Formats: sequence, structure tokens, C-alpha cells
Amino acid sequence: MNPVYRRRRTINRIIMAASLLASAFGVIWLFLILVTLVSKGVPALSLDVFTERTRMSGGGLGNAILGSLIMTALATIGGTMIGILAGTWLAEYGGRSKLANTIRFINDVLLSAPSIIIGLYIYAVVVLPMGHFSGWAGVAALMVIIIPVVIRSTEDMLLLVPNSLREAAAALGAHRWLIVLKVCYSGAKAGITTGVLLGCARISGETAPLLFTALNTNQWNFFNMGSEMPNLPMVLYQNMTINSFIPAQVSLAWAGALILTAAVLILNILARVSSARSQK
Amino acid sequence: MAPRQTPKNASGNTHAAAPAKLSVQELDFYYGDFQAIKKVSMDIPANQVTAYIGPSGCGKSTLLRCFNRMHDLYPGLKTEGSILLDGQDTHASGVDINLLRARIGMVFQKPTPFPMSVYDNIAFGVKLYERLSRRDMDERVEWALKKAALWNEVKDKLKTNGQALSGGQQQRLCIARTIAVKPEVILLDEPTSALDPISTGYIEDLIHELKTDYTIVIVTHNMQQAARVSDITAFMYLGELIECGQTDQIFTDPEKKQTEDYITGRYG
Repeated sequence: MNPVYRRRRTINRIIMAASLLASAFGVIWLFLILVTLVSKGVPALSLDVFTERTRMSGGGLGNAILGSLIMTALATIGGTMIGILAGTWLAEYGGRSKLANTIRFINDVLLSAPSIIIGLYIYAVVVLPMGHFSGWAGVAALMVIIIPVVIRSTEDMLLLVPNSLREAAAALGAHRWLIVLKVCYSGAKAGITTGVLLGCARISGETAPLLFTALNTNQWNFFNMGSEMPNLPMVLYQNMTINSFIPAQVSLAWAGALILTAAVLILNILARVSSARSQK
Repeated sequence: MAPRQTPKNASGNTHAAAPAKLSVQELDFYYGDFQAIKKVSMDIPANQVTAYIGPSGCGKSTLLRCFNRMHDLYPGLKTEGSILLDGQDTHASGVDINLLRARIGMVFQKPTPFPMSVYDNIAFGVKLYERLSRRDMDERVEWALKKAALWNEVKDKLKTNGQALSGGQQQRLCIARTIAVKPEVILLDEPTSALDPISTGYIEDLIHELKTDYTIVIVTHNMQQAARVSDITAFMYLGELIECGQTDQIFTDPEKKQTEDYITGRYG
């Protein structure tokens, strides 16, 4: 056999084996995490977990799940509106102007900012002036996290829409705003939806920004946004650390971890499906 | 067949048989410092097909995009001189550019179907200027698709995405979309350069049929195509209009040596 070809084939096999090993190494840990979550979380699951509020003796996670849902939903709605508007401006109007480039730079910094810093910031500008922790502060912190994600995905997706489509719409006599609204968005909507869903998945598990803002409570809180808001990540943190001497609290925390993981997983799958649809 | 003519001067000096739909007068165009069009003057007669030929970079597409002021989309481009549409200067201040583009439609080199259904692709342009009932809109969509010789192929898939059609169908969809707005002039920028010979044949037949209702201006790299579809041919070179006249005259008995060299393939 041709020695050059044989050498090339050998190198190919070695690199291929190394790549497979590397990905297997990564996936094994992911798998072990899921196994631990299921084995410790499933036995703790019961109807009470969803209907009861958290108590010192155990109780359920109902109030925390509701609080997390409220804050995540409000932050996603608000962050999506601001993020899409800002991303649209960057992609369609800002161009390479100084202002647009500055916003892009700041957005990239925000995108990788440690979430605990964002929590501290909201603590300083919202919680301290108000004098108490609140659901609004939690929503604000989560919004600061999701906005850059949505801005980035909106801009990237709009830039993928070919310029020839904008020209074609302009050639029919369409105004700029209508071109963006009807032509560009219909080309970019699947990608933007994916970005929003991934952002939503990201904030639904954030703990650090809530530590300083929404804090936590073991009471039910039905949309009383001005006071402390119970939430799942904080319950996990408290039950696993401060209350770890109470076995019921720890097993409840595992149930919460399982629920949180399942929610994030579902959001990620939805994002995958919506982006797969757009490729058709 | 119209009598022979050489509308190579400003509109006042020409003797076109058909009335001039568009009249280019002393047009200069600049991309920044680069002058892409140099003092071009010519008339484009109504209800005829006018073809621009010339080597790449000669300014023919640039000139075409001056007619519907496509260049206004980008900064740093400058036009001097004027283009009259039915005697009105299209480059005068105060001209509504969107209304102008509704009167002068354009089809591009690469098919540009919008990422929406076949039906919505056509309805998009119509909705910009007319408020039609569902039934009238259905009729308009069918009319435009029939006119573009696409109806039989897509009548059962009006709800499918326009980008899922074949290249030739996409280009006819774009022509249908342009026709649906009922423009007066249709600009075609190398409309068949991305298509196979069969699709090209469809579109050339279409151009023949459309000229009874519309004034058609086509830019093409393909000289045989210009000879097949056009009544008037204009040869451009390095931003200048070298010669313009009846197509059969340009291809059999051109006045200028440069034109003859180009159509006989002697340009290096």
C-alpha cells in the first residue's frame, strides 16, 4: 500500500480515537450527574413536593417552584422585549458606528460577567434604596443576565438574513421598518426563539443573583413582587448547606434539583427542536 | 417592427418610434471617488425590451440600479444628472422613493424569495399599496402567478415556503411578485445567470409576453440572450454608453468598432 496514504490513515485513526475518548470523558460526568440526580431525587418526589410550602420539618417546594416560575417568566418577557429591540437596532440600523460598536463591546462584557457581580449590582441600586429584598429585584437581576443573551442571538440571526432579501423588499417599495418586521424577522424568528429559550434556561437555574435580591422565604408568595420571593435555586442552596443536618430537607433539595434539571433540559430540547425546524 | 433608430443623444435629439418611458440625461454615478457611469444619455421606449450588454464592471448593473434608486440604500454613493420617468425627474428632491419603486419593479440576479409562503411572497408587495379583500387578493396572486407562468406548478402548494422551490421557480416567483404590484417598468438584472437552460427559456418567453403591458429593461452577460429577447440593445464599456440602437442593427451592422469587437468576441 502507498506509504504516504498509510501514514495518513494511521494518524487519522489515532486522532479519531483520542477525540472519542475525550468526548466520552466529558459525557461520563454528565451521565453520572444525571444518575445521582435521578437516584436521589426520584425517591423524594411526591405530590406534596409540588403542593406544600417549604417548612423546617420538610414540607414541599410548591412556593419555591411558583416563585421561580414567576420571576423567570417576568424576566424572560421583559428581557426578550428589550433584547430583541436592542439586537434589531444593532443589526439593522447601528452598523459599524461608534455607538453600535460600544454597545456590542459592553454586551460582550455583560454576557460573560459573573452572575454574582450582577446580583451585587442590583443589591446596590435596587435593594438598598428600597430597604428590603423583593421579587422585583430578583426579576431585575435575572433580566440583566438574559438581555445580553437575547441581544446577541437577535443580532447574529438578523445578520444571517441575506442582504439581497432586504434589497428585494426595498425594490417593491417597502419602508425600512416594514422590511425588518416582515422579511428579516420571518427569516430570523427560529434563531431568535432558540436564543430566548436558551437564555430562559440559563436564568431559571441562577442562584447567585437571587441571593442578594429576591432572597428566599418559606411562605407562599402569589405575585407580591414587593416582598421576598421564594425560589428553587435558593432552597437547594439553603437545604444542602445551612439545613443539611435535617435529612428531610436534604432529600427535598434533591427533588428540587431533579425538577430544575428537568425544566432546563426541556427548554434546551425545545430550543433544539425550534432550530431544527428552521433548517427545513 | 419599429424603424431604425439610434437614440444615443439626450432625449431631445432622439427619434424613437415608441414614446420614451425612461429618459437618462447626462447621468454620472460615483462609488465614492470611483466614477462608474460617465455622462450616459439615452431613451428607453415604452412597451419594448431594452437590453444592456457589456463586459463585467462596465456599469450596466449600476445604471440599472439608478432607475429605481437602489443606490439610495447605501451611503457614499452619488448620482448626478437625471432620469425622467414619463417626463418627471426621478432624482429630484421630494420624490417619494417608495412610490417610485412601486412604479419601477426589479428582479435580481439571484432569486430572492422571502422566507415565507409562496402566497405571502406575492401578497407582501401588494399589501404595501392596496387593501384587498381575501378574495381579491387570492385573485391577484393567481393572476400574477399565471402571468409569470408559474401557476400550474405551484397552485397546490401556495402555503409552502417560497425558498423550497427550485431555482427557476424561485426566479419566476420573484417576477410574479414584481408584476403583482402592477409596476410600469420592470428591471431585470441578469435574471437567468443562475438558472439552467430550460428555466432560462421559460423566463425569456415570459419577457416576450410581458412587454405588451410593461416596459422592460434587462442587463445580461449573454449576448445571445440580448439578441433573442430585446428590441433595443445598448452596449456599455468602462462606464460609457458606446452605442445604442435596434437590436438587429447592433448585432449585424454596428456603427462603432468597439461594439463590433465585443459582439464578435474580440475583446481581450
